Amino acid sequence: MLDEKTAAKAPSGFVHRFMDSDLVYSFLRSPVVVISFIITALYFLSAAFAPWIAPHNPFDPASLDLMEAFTPPAWTADGSMKFILGTDDQGRDILSTLIFGSRISLIVGFSAVLFSVVLGVGLGLLAGYAGGWAETIVMRFADVQLTIPAILVALMIDGIARIIVPVELRDEMSIYVLILAIGVSDWPRYARVTRGATLVERNKEYVSAARVIGVHPIKIMFQHVLPNVMGPVLVMGTIGLALAIITEATLSFLGVGVPPTQPSLGTLIRVGNNFLFSGEWWITLFPSLALVILVLAVNLLGDWLRDALNPRLR
Amino acid sequence: MSDVTETSDNTVAASNTSATDKPPVLEVVDLKKHFPVKKGIFQTTVGQVFAVDGVSFTINEGETLGLVGESGCGKSTVGRALMRLIEPTSGTIKLDGRDVTNLSKRELRPFRREMQIIFQDPFSSLDPRMTAGKIVGEPLSVHGIGDSRDERREMVAELFERVGLRKGQMDNFPHQFSGGQRQRIGIARALALNPKLIVGDEPVSALDVSIQAQVINLLLDLQAERQLSYLFISHNLAVVEHISHKIAVMYLGRIVEYASKEAIFRSPKHPYTKALLSAVPVPDPTLKRDKLVLQGDVPSPVNPPKGCHFHTRCPFAEDICRKDSPPLREITPGQLAACHFAEA
Repeated sequence: MLDEKTAAKAPSGFVHRFMDSDLVYSFLRSPVVVISFIITALYFLSAAFAPWIAPHNPFDPASLDLMEAFTPPAWTADGSMKFILGTDDQGRDILSTLIFGSRISLIVGFSAVLFSVVLGVGLGLLAGYAGGWAETIVMRFADVQLTIPAILVALMIDGIARIIVPVELRDEMSIYVLILAIGVSDWPRYARVTRGATLVERNKEYVSAARVIGVHPIKIMFQHVLPNVMGPVLVMGTIGLALAIITEATLSFLGVGVPPTQPSLGTLIRVGNNFLFSGEWWITLFPSLALVILVLAVNLLGDWLRDALNPRLR
Repeated sequence: MSDVTETSDNTVAASNTSATDKPPVLEVVDLKKHFPVKKGIFQTTVGQVFAVDGVSFTINEGETLGLVGESGCGKSTVGRALMRLIEPTSGTIKLDGRDVTNLSKRELRPFRREMQIIFQDPFSSLDPRMTAGKIVGEPLSVHGIGDSRDERREMVAELFERVGLRKGQMDNFPHQFSGGQRQRIGIARALALNPKLIVGDEPVSALDVSIQAQVINLLLDLQAERQLSYLFISHNLAVVEHISHKIAVMYLGRIVEYASKEAIFRSPKHPYTKALLSAVPVPDPTLKRDKLVLQGDVPSPVNPPKGCHFHTRCPFAEDICRKDSPPLREITPGQLAACHFAEA
């Protein structure tokens, strides 16, 4: 009965089925989530199209005019419509640096999450499915790393990289070092969740069935177990994106992140921080707000995804 | 008596099949599976669970052996050890006369084609992220049967129709099927490699009674059509009676009675079998029966009782039962029981 009904209602396949799903329903029912999604999407779009969207190119020294430095936002008495959110100490447009800064933050955050998901899920899957020595080694390693705060691990890796990477390549390499540092600092969480889920899936009969058929263990791990453990990982990854962005901002704020020539939100906040007490509040306030809004939106999305995908909360 | 070997345990003749020189499809001799019990930070072994403790039986072509017993008696462990899902501790498993007990995973692969399993739980036995067609087609692609994707899809479609599913359902996911339909997918997957032997690990226990009958009739049809052999593991005597030619009754890791279906149901020799049969409900309230009701619980397989495993609950137990373990011996031709006092 039910089969025929849904079949009649959704003849054109995936799009209809997707629009009909519980996930879309719970998404559309919550305005907070819709707004968070729109905000996140706007961040991603502006990051992708930053060179076309930004009113100025803040990294083109020729276009900078030091006479325009410290221009306050447009709505204040001394403001100008040319720089809606004002300018910093070098006359760069805050709105434009914001757009480019968010881009760096998102790229670093996204790549770092991807890195730790690949590392954590791979090792967690191995530990959970193979068991024995592989499990002991991987999980003890993860346990030890979890005793050290992630930010310290990231600082340590950053420090080591600074020693290894030659001076002339440092600025160029700093973004990759940052991705590596944040990615490595966060993998144990994914490894733990994946291992737990793998232990559950491993003992289900469909895995036994695959073994009886003679499917290679590696293939069982990736084709059967992996798709079934990706649900919780996806949720963690979303929340992890917010965390990675914050970690990146923290590192940049501490001065070990991306160089000021290629500022992320964290770098902008640090630079602006120097002018906070001399009255140029806009230089640090707007990057901070941008960071808060982005992290909040991503976090709300992650929370919703966790609830929506959790069958017990349905 | 085609398959008389050195052990007397294997002398039960195929019920009605004529004697041939062919080796039995499956021959299991003295199969044991002991699980170590580990404790403490050093994981030292402090004991053994005697899950399966010396089980022997044979299954001929086109024949069904029903393996019955209450939960925890080791019947599922037998099935899983046969499929090498768990490694047997000792004993031999012969498939078509060839010893497969000690083959490595790689060497075992060709034999996978001849021996498949249907699982109990139709919900966890199918990968929820794969379509039904992919699930049934996986054994084909793993073993390189069929030259192209289209050809395999064609074969899967045939299998679908054979087990009573529609071809159009191949692209559906498992959650879109009912329990009975899912079990049919499981059967189609087991059939895909055209095996000689299918182990059914309680394949109908999780289904509604009306669906049970359909699935069992499907299994019977397939057997008649392809000369399949079944090892049918179940705790449901009515189902086992319907499908089996021979029956082995297990208690605490050992076979206590092993005979043709007719002999078991007409004149059970072992007190445990008698108790099992008298517990089967009869749809006739006026019928008075001598009920043999057992007291107590099944003892733990970690410390099975000395002597006869059944003596702690047996109403007829005497001193000898507490000392000596009774061998499985022939009571009447073709009927074996492990009881000191069993008589023809």
